Amino acid sequence: MIEKKYHSIVIGGGAAGLSAAYEISKSGFSVALIEREESLGGILMQCIHNGFGLQEYKEELTGPEYAERAIAKMAGSGVEIITSTTVSDLIDENGTKTAHCYSAVHGALKLGADTIVLAMGCRERNRGNIGTAGTRPAGIFTAGSAQRLINIEGFIPGKRVVIIGSGDIGLIMARRMTWVGAKVLAVVEILPYASGLTRNITQCLNDFNIPLYTSHIVSRIYGHDRVEKVDITPLVDGAPQDEDTFSIECDTILLSVGLIPENELSCKIGVEINQDTKGPYVHSNYMTNVKGVFACGNVLHVHDIVDFVTEEARRCAVNVVDYLRRKILPTEFRIQPGANVIYLVPNHYVPGEEINLYLRTFIVKNNAQLIVETSDKVVLEKKLLHVRPSEMIKVRIGEKDLARLSADEFKDLKVSIV
Amino acid sequence: MAETLFDLAIIGAGVTGSSIAYQLSAYDTKVVVLEKMEDISFGVTKANSGIIHAGFHHKPDSLKAHLEIQGNLMYDELKQTLDFPFKRVGILVAAFNYEEMKMVEKLYHQGVENNVPRIEIVSRERILDLEPKLSQDVVGGLYAPTGGIIEPYRFVFALMESALKNGVELRRNFMVSQCKQKDGVFTILSADNQAVRARRVVNAAGLYSDEVSRIFKAEEFQIIPRKGEEYLLERNASGFPRHVIFPVPVKNSKGVLVIPTVEGTMMIGPTAEEIDDKEDFSTTRDNLERVFTLAMKMVPMISKKEIITSFAGLRPAMKGNDFLIKISDKTPHFIQAAAIQSPGLTAAPAIGLYVLDLLKQDGMELVKKIDHDPKLEKKPMIREFDFSDADKLISDDRRYGNIVCRCENVSEAEIIEAIKNGHHTLDGIKFYTRAGMGRCQGGFCAYKIIKILMRETGKSAYQLTKRGGNSFLLSHQLGEGKVDTPS
Repeated sequence: MIEKKYHSIVIGGGAAGLSAAYEISKSGFSVALIEREESLGGILMQCIHNGFGLQEYKEELTGPEYAERAIAKMAGSGVEIITSTTVSDLIDENGTKTAHCYSAVHGALKLGADTIVLAMGCRERNRGNIGTAGTRPAGIFTAGSAQRLINIEGFIPGKRVVIIGSGDIGLIMARRMTWVGAKVLAVVEILPYASGLTRNITQCLNDFNIPLYTSHIVSRIYGHDRVEKVDITPLVDGAPQDEDTFSIECDTILLSVGLIPENELSCKIGVEINQDTKGPYVHSNYMTNVKGVFACGNVLHVHDIVDFVTEEARRCAVNVVDYLRRKILPTEFRIQPGANVIYLVPNHYVPGEEINLYLRTFIVKNNAQLIVETSDKVVLEKKLLHVRPSEMIKVRIGEKDLARLSADEFKDLKVSIV
Repeated sequence: MAETLFDLAIIGAGVTGSSIAYQLSAYDTKVVVLEKMEDISFGVTKANSGIIHAGFHHKPDSLKAHLEIQGNLMYDELKQTLDFPFKRVGILVAAFNYEEMKMVEKLYHQGVENNVPRIEIVSRERILDLEPKLSQDVVGGLYAPTGGIIEPYRFVFALMESALKNGVELRRNFMVSQCKQKDGVFTILSADNQAVRARRVVNAAGLYSDEVSRIFKAEEFQIIPRKGEEYLLERNASGFPRHVIFPVPVKNSKGVLVIPTVEGTMMIGPTAEEIDDKEDFSTTRDNLERVFTLAMKMVPMISKKEIITSFAGLRPAMKGNDFLIKISDKTPHFIQAAAIQSPGLTAAPAIGLYVLDLLKQDGMELVKKIDHDPKLEKKPMIREFDFSDADKLISDDRRYGNIVCRCENVSEAEIIEAIKNGHHTLDGIKFYTRAGMGRCQGGFCAYKIIKILMRETGKSAYQLTKRGGNSFLLSHQLGEGKVDTPS
């Protein structure tokens, strides 16, 4: 059995893991990057459409191009890359962490480290998760798995397609299915508005005259062997209007109904999960409740844009390095969601140090107001042109803003959107 | 080509047919099992709740009660021989008022009369101690420690593997559609004109046993499908109980249960609804609500957010509600093993023995094989290995290190083993290995399994199905023009 020790083990070779591993190793610490697939890049490799990198590289790249830039940095970085390897267990013993791994290439590996960075990404919600009634024929795919089948394996799942949910992958796949000769008959969204980015609605649905049914649900799936038909029912104030149900004949259903951070491994080492994000609770330095275990990217919370994943992972890595040097945790206070905020990350801050906050709101609104306050003082007020649940809000609360608080006024912060 | 003349043809490779085949495989006799679907256990058995009942639900004078308790007692030895997932976790019946406690008392006496071992009536304090996740509103109940849980399809796979190893033959995709009887020999024809000749026939055709009986001009009866919807919840589900929890039963139904599965997921259901269509496996929104309401009354911590999938199964029920197992009065050498609904899975091993006796009564010559070896070797599964032992397993066969299904921890080697044992559909592999049965429901592993299947079987991607028939997985290939799925 291979046994090795590192300063840090990064789990997951997608956008987050690549960014974190590179940054940690840049500071001279030994890093292992573990990836279960044969090659690095994660889900980016199947996202062959463009639109990546506008923030990070100031140019528009495809998913594989974006990944290639991060992978290129690995050469000469000193990061030890271990692909085709699955981490099966994480153990914390007196501060030393051990990862148990299985690999067809390397056999069983026992890797030790002072710190672990969780960067496993997320999985797609499926039909069972949304409880769609009807039969269970072949032809039902999550949008991401259909994307993999087409873009990497070269298999086309079907010809007449209904897409449930208007998440970004669903929208991208509506266009992709059209391009490979399938007919996308409907995109059905339970909410009164689309869940994906505005640019994807325009470029993937409107440009191809694909109908989007908001406030509608697929109420039933038909078909014995293969999908044959779906029933679509409109909602009024959330209540299904059964008498207005109509049917569409199709052979394929794609689901784009949300993503769930993959934290089964995190739980094995005792990481506490926030039920709002389904990701770990983290300190201001991205450390989870388990000392020395950090999290970043989609395993922490589902991001809308990969550029923010890279940025968050880099920030996380800086803190990992700081922890490896000092091994102390500064005094912190909590940051809590206030009015109309679904969740925010990180969940703590250090008095006086700038805070880079990612959050999502429940509401769709133009000219919204973001308010950061303690129980008796407003720290920051900011106007936001347009907010919606699908678009992540990024706020920097600078040292200048925090200077409004005197030393004895630092306490828990509340962030609201009104 | 001269067709083999079989001593016995068993129609149906569900748990009933497979149990009978398993018993027969100990004897020097030629047996063939005819299954209409692509894989075994794909009918009634597949959607079973996976409970090995303790034996207190049925009246002592019924054939059901007799075979149920006998079957239950056979499972330990079977597990020793065949190595399938089975645990005696115990069954609790939870009562929520005084009237229900009266019913519990009745069940207790019924259980005692049926010789259910160690059955007891339990107080509120004791039942909450046994099952801390029960609602505080419980007033008491029944405890039967010999009840258990099982993976029904894997039990069937094991029975059949042992039977095949000992000379039984299996024909998949053989849908019995006609029969001719001449000179004491049945010639059985399939829908696609394959023929099998046999001296005796056992009808274990589940939902279609009434139609099979008609084809053989035997007893006229009607199988009434009774649909049950089930909901599967993820591993580490908040409501995961230690025991199988039953409500106090109502007419014709044991009620909606809360079940810890052998493999660590959790299941709630089934409903019980008589329907007309033998192919209606749909689930409905209303029943989802109903199942959760009933289950949450017993275990309030159950959460809808933890659903990973749902499914429906059909019980092959008959008027009178008892099993129909007998030598046909109308067609000589034709044995009925029909209307095997709950507790059919529990009773199956005993049904195997019972049918064996009927075959002897019918004059079948049964001589024990000298070289009969029912034992199946334990198949390595990476998820069951300690880390240090896994190292050796992977060194010996590297494919055990390639984890294909991340949710249930299934390796490439295990998938290849399933394929070698004749499971060539996505569902067949799923039921054999658990790959695709976890939280992501195949989202991450389906394409990997498709590729392994193509490599191992030489089939093209477009021949692969979810569960046989026309359940084709893919439509055409990128850049190669449209290749229509064969119809």
